[in-house]
This record gives sequence, C-alpha cells and structure tokens, in this order.
Amino acid sequence: MTLLTAIMLAGPMEQFEIMQIIPFHVGNLDLSFTNSALWMVIGVVAISVFMFMATRRLSLVPGRTQSAGESIYIFIADMLRGVAGSEGMKFFPYIFTLFMFIFASNLLGLWPSIPGTPAEWHTFTPTSHLIVTFALGMVTFTLVVVYGFYKNGLGFLKLFVPSGVPILMLPLITLIEIVSFLSRPISLGIRLFANMLAGHLILKIFATFVASLLVAGPWALLSILPFMGNVAVLLLELLIAFLQAYVFAILSCIYINDAIHPSH
Amino acid sequence: MSPFLLFLAAGAEAAEKGGLPQLDASTYPSQLFWLTVTFLSLYLAMNFIFLPRLGGIIEQRRNRIADDLDQAAELKSQAEEAEKAYNQALADARAKANAIAAETKAEIDSEIAAEQEKIDQKLNARLAEAETRIAAMKKSATAKVSEAAEDTTAALVEILIDEKPDQGVLKDAIAKATP
Repeated sequence: MTLLTAIMLAGPMEQFEIMQIIPFHVGNLDLSFTNSALWMVIGVVAISVFMFMATRRLSLVPGRTQSAGESIYIFIADMLRGVAGSEGMKFFPYIFTLFMFIFASNLLGLWPSIPGTPAEWHTFTPTSHLIVTFALGMVTFTLVVVYGFYKNGLGFLKLFVPSGVPILMLPLITLIEIVSFLSRPISLGIRLFANMLAGHLILKIFATFVASLLVAGPWALLSILPFMGNVAVLLLELLIAFLQAYVFAILSCIYINDAIHPSH
Repeated sequence: MSPFLLFLAAGAEAAEKGGLPQLDASTYPSQLFWLTVTFLSLYLAMNFIFLPRLGGIIEQRRNRIADDLDQAAELKSQAEEAEKAYNQALADARAKANAIAAETKAEIDSEIAAEQEKIDQKLNARLAEAETRIAAMKKSATAKVSEAAEDTTAALVEILIDEKPDQGVLKDAIAKATP
C-alpha cells in the first residue's frame, strides 16, 4: 500500500527533480553531484564498459561484442560520411560520443526505479532537462560556427545567401536563413528534451491511473487497461530513445556539412 | 472516491508545488558542470582509445580482404598461365609422339622391305640353282635314256638278227625315232 500511495502522491513532475547526492560548491557556484550527474556517470561508465568489451580482444573475425561495437561504428561513420563527405570524418569522434551519450541517457532513464529506495537513487534521464540538451546543441552549433569561419573565412557567410534567389527577395531570405541558423541549437535542445519529458510524463500518468484504480474497490479490475497502455508506451519510448539520439546526431552531421560546404 | 478525482488531485498538488524542475536555474551550474565532465571524458576515451582501436581493426579487415582478393586474382592468372603452358606442352608432346611414331614406322617399313628383298634374293638364287641342277639332271637323264635305248636296241637287234649292228647307224635310227 505504501508503494501505491507513494505513486499516487508523487506529482508527474517530481521525477524530473534534481536532488543533491554529494554537495560540492566552488565559490558561489553549486556544482553538487546530483541524481542527474549520477546518471550521466552511469551512462558514460556503461558506454565505456561496452566499448572496452568490444575492443578488448580485437580480432579479424569479431566476437559478439566486437561485432556490435563495429556495427555502431559503421552505422555512425556511414551516416556522417553520407551527409558531410569524407572531410566530415574529422568530427566522427564527436558525433559518435554525442550519439552514444544521448542514447545511453535516454535508454537508462527508462529503467524502472527500485521500489522503496530514496528518491535520489531513482532512475533519472539527464536528457529530460532542457539545459543539458540545449548545451549539447550549443556544442554542435559552436563547432559549426568556429569550423565554418576557420575553414571558409568570410565565405562561410554565403550560407545565409542562397544562390538563385531574385534580388528583391534576397534580404528577406537572408534574414530567414540567419534566424533559422540561430535557432538550430534551440530546436535541437527542445526536440530532445520535449520528447523525453513527454514520454516520462505519459508513463507516470498511466502509472498513477493503475495505482488509483487498484485502491478504488471494484474499479481495480480496470487497472489492467492503463497497465497495458504503459507497456505499450514503454516499448514506444525504447524506440524514441534510439530515434531521438539518431535525430540529434544526424542533424549535427547536417549542420557540420554546412560548415564544410557553406554554399548551397 | 473516483480514481480520476484522485489523479486530478495529485496533478493539482504537483502544479501547486511549483512548475517544471527543468526551469529551476539554480540547478544549471551543476548540470552543466557534470555534463562537461562526463561528456568530455567520454569524448577523450572515444577519441584516443576506443574509436582508433575499433576503426583500426575494421580498416585492417578491409585491407586483408582486399589483399586476399588481389592474391586470389593473381593466383587465378597464374593458374590460367599454368593451364596454358600445360596445354602447350601436351600439344607439343602429342606432336612429338606422332613424329616419333611416323619415323619409327618408316624405319620399320624400310627394314621390312630390305629384309624382304634379301630373302627374295636368297630364294631366287636357290631357285636358279635348283633349276640348273634340274636341267643338268634332265640332260644327264636324257643322255642316259638314249644310251639305254641304244644298248637295248643293240641287244634286241642282236637277238633278232644275230648280228651286232653298227654303232653309227643305230644312233641315227634312234635319233630319227625319238621325237
């Protein structure tokens, strides 16, 4: 009963709350190790363990883990090369890290929490926070701007002036191009954050339904319906965890391609 | 109490507690700090350890396969060459064998002919010898017959007329009588 009441009492937004685990302050800045930081570390450790296993005993005829690692490697490499050409391959470690980091964060956050543990130890999705996804978007954005100007000089500005546009339309089109360019990190950040937020909200709401129905006498029979709904949503969220990591990575590839080949 | 009312109450309570935790700016420094730490360490590990190793083995395999294909092509061309050489050698050997056979046959033929000639000559010589011997024997036999005839005639005449006939007359008469 305590579990059910806990589920019912927790608001749908509580799962996103940031909680200190180890306090850590530098000057006025609160850099405490939180549940978010914990799950970032868990994600990075999980990826590293996987990559370590995949590259531990390298062989020309790969084992299972090496095969899986190679598949991801080739998947990301083909994506980047297809979008940004072979010159884009210098950003391969970044895109690979980005994809793995987001995917691990999205996926691990779907793991159910252990009932009865303190809230700080509940599973958490770092990518469900706008500031994290926006920061990742800003990394891509900064890379594009810095590399774009470094490689093309002022020629990078051609990105905002599409060729073949009537001269009268040019100012308007250029303005639109600039606005759409500047909004890229925001759209990257909001897309990922909103997907994670919505998924976890739906899961939580269905869970609340199940708990509420279970304590409502004869209504308890109906609780199977939101439960099945939750199973379906969880499956969908597993797909979305991959999909959003993929979308974030491929959009980053597309933006990097703009830095390499700025003229449309 | 209806479950829906319960749920609504829970929702309302959450809303009261104060909006999105995502908009609580006091957590931003910590999130950004740990994001930097974790993402950067993952990036460094990927860049310097994992990806070069994984990429290296993929590259190695690709090279190995290319090498193997090259080697296979080379071996194939070698095999084709060897087959060509083999066929050539076979044709040469066959031609040589035919030549040897023909030569040997001609040699044997001429040997046979020579042997035949020799045998023929020998036979002819013996034949001629036999013929002369027969002729001689015939001659001597004829001579003996006429001698016998003379003797017989002389004996008969002597018995008939009791007179020894003249040798010359007898000879003429016998010569006249024998065809």
